[in-house]
Amino acid sequence: MSTYTNQGNKDTRSGFGVGLAELGRTNPNVVALCADLIGSLKMQTFIDENPDRFFQVGIAEANMMGIAAGLTIGGKIPFTGTFANFSTGRVYDQIRQSIAYSDKNVKICASHAGVTLGEDGATHQILEDIGLMKMLPGMTVINPCDFNQTKAATLAIAEHQGPVYLRFGRPSVPNFTPEDLGFEIGKGILLQPGRDVTLVATGHLVWEALEAAKELATEGISAEVINIHTIKPLDDEIILNSVQKTGCLVSAEEHNYLGGMGESIARLLATKNPCPMEFVATQDTFGESGTPAQLMEKYGLNKNAIVQKVHAVRKRI
Amino acid sequence: MSDIQTLEKTTLQVRRDILRMVHKVNSGHPGGSLGCTEFFVALYFELMDFSLPFSMDGKNEDVFFLSNGHISPVFYSVLSRRGFFPVDELNTFRLINSRLQGHPTTHEGLPGVRIASGSLGQGLSVALGAALTKKLNRDPKTVYVLMGDGELQEGQNWEALMFAAAKKVDNLIATIDLNGKQIDGSTDEVLPMGSIKAKFEAFGWEVLTLKEGNSIPHIVDTLQEAKSKLGQGKPLAVLLETEMGNGVDFMMHTHAWHGKAPNDEQLAEALAQNEETLGDY
Repeated sequence: MSTYTNQGNKDTRSGFGVGLAELGRTNPNVVALCADLIGSLKMQTFIDENPDRFFQVGIAEANMMGIAAGLTIGGKIPFTGTFANFSTGRVYDQIRQSIAYSDKNVKICASHAGVTLGEDGATHQILEDIGLMKMLPGMTVINPCDFNQTKAATLAIAEHQGPVYLRFGRPSVPNFTPEDLGFEIGKGILLQPGRDVTLVATGHLVWEALEAAKELATEGISAEVINIHTIKPLDDEIILNSVQKTGCLVSAEEHNYLGGMGESIARLLATKNPCPMEFVATQDTFGESGTPAQLMEKYGLNKNAIVQKVHAVRKRI
Repeated sequence: MSDIQTLEKTTLQVRRDILRMVHKVNSGHPGGSLGCTEFFVALYFELMDFSLPFSMDGKNEDVFFLSNGHISPVFYSVLSRRGFFPVDELNTFRLINSRLQGHPTTHEGLPGVRIASGSLGQGLSVALGAALTKKLNRDPKTVYVLMGDGELQEGQNWEALMFAAAKKVDNLIATIDLNGKQIDGSTDEVLPMGSIKAKFEAFGWEVLTLKEGNSIPHIVDTLQEAKSKLGQGKPLAVLLETEMGNGVDFMMHTHAWHGKAPNDEQLAEALAQNEETLGDY
């Protein structure tokens, strides 16, 4: 059974804000930019403590990405902050040419990813960002699962040389990873060992996977739960070791199944260890307005959806 | 100041380099390259203060960004002639496994290039970032950026123009290559932009105009005047009126040579108009 308990609900974006504030105190090269969403990105503490190292660029995301690229020349480590939609699709070519192809050490920090943004609806709920960003050569893609992990990831990416996409969200969700766990980019975390099925989850779906594992245990199904916080580079080893034992896998993410983490895992399995796999992800659709919980239910992104997919995948063994 | 004649001799060799580079691979952009030859020679042989070997960070050096990356031939020729990398490497322009990609990139580690460009409209934003880092680092040197006029049709430029004035980025000189031409025709035919000077001024920029944009002494004077106006709380632009294809009679007064290479006969005719002064690569 899971040894992880909810220490109290918190939003992952606040983990980013606390991490950024800590970087402001510890790393003089860290600078931050925002495109008119300081409150949403929880950047105020960093700004209050380091006004000279913060740049409000206004509602001009393309310019923000270019300025961030330029800031690296001379040794700064820029963290850009806006919603995931405006951090990726809106500025894809700026990121591609001025940051990724130019090998610039920019940290693209993206809040309000996925349907859990809620009531604002599909214009703001990007479900394609992981795919967009993982396709860029040299881009590291990270999707932490809770407040503590988002804070730890924020600290870790400052130490990493190269462009990073850090994806987090708006709603308050269980905060369950240990505060002192640290963060190793590219290293998955075995949350719970099991024998019968491998659950690989990222972002908000990690807690749902732990809850699903509890329910499956009552049915006598032993689920191994792996947290993949770094989607690129993917931790091949932890996944292959697990499926060699369980023989089947369910991936879970708040993203389109096209281009998501599951697709990366499917490629890994197809080339290294073919076995039945099912995807908990949105099915090539846009989101809509609603509460985060309603949307997770409607789009099949919660504990119940994971349990159903486990039943489906086990029938295929 | 360097001898004007020496700089002018250098431009002749740079033109030969440009023409031979694009001819060899039957591709590339000679028109804008030739039109900006005097600007690049003045910048790299007279105006900019930097040291070699090249360092990406460019701390306590003047740094330059090329936003309209398609005029890579003039950039590569001038960088190599100025000692950033061996002149012989111009032979590899646009060939497979070359550091001299069709459009400039940092990806292959070519000394002198600090940003990839080619997809237009991004260079001014990048230059602003570098200028902000210089301010944070208390680095008194200057950031230069060159943009095309057609490129100003990209909206990102106007975000950057607004930002630069609002944040008083006054350690940067943005030069616009005002040749009035783009791929599909004159800028007035494709998308008339009205007065670029008035637009920049409305955005809060100080603007200098140079009608003799292919004259080395005029370029040096105007850019030195621009430099004297730095540090006064306003971003600075130089509108450089140039002739696309300058120095090759049949490439001037037309947009036809924007992205077209000369054939063997055309190359011979063009080279005959530009004396070999520093030795062909």
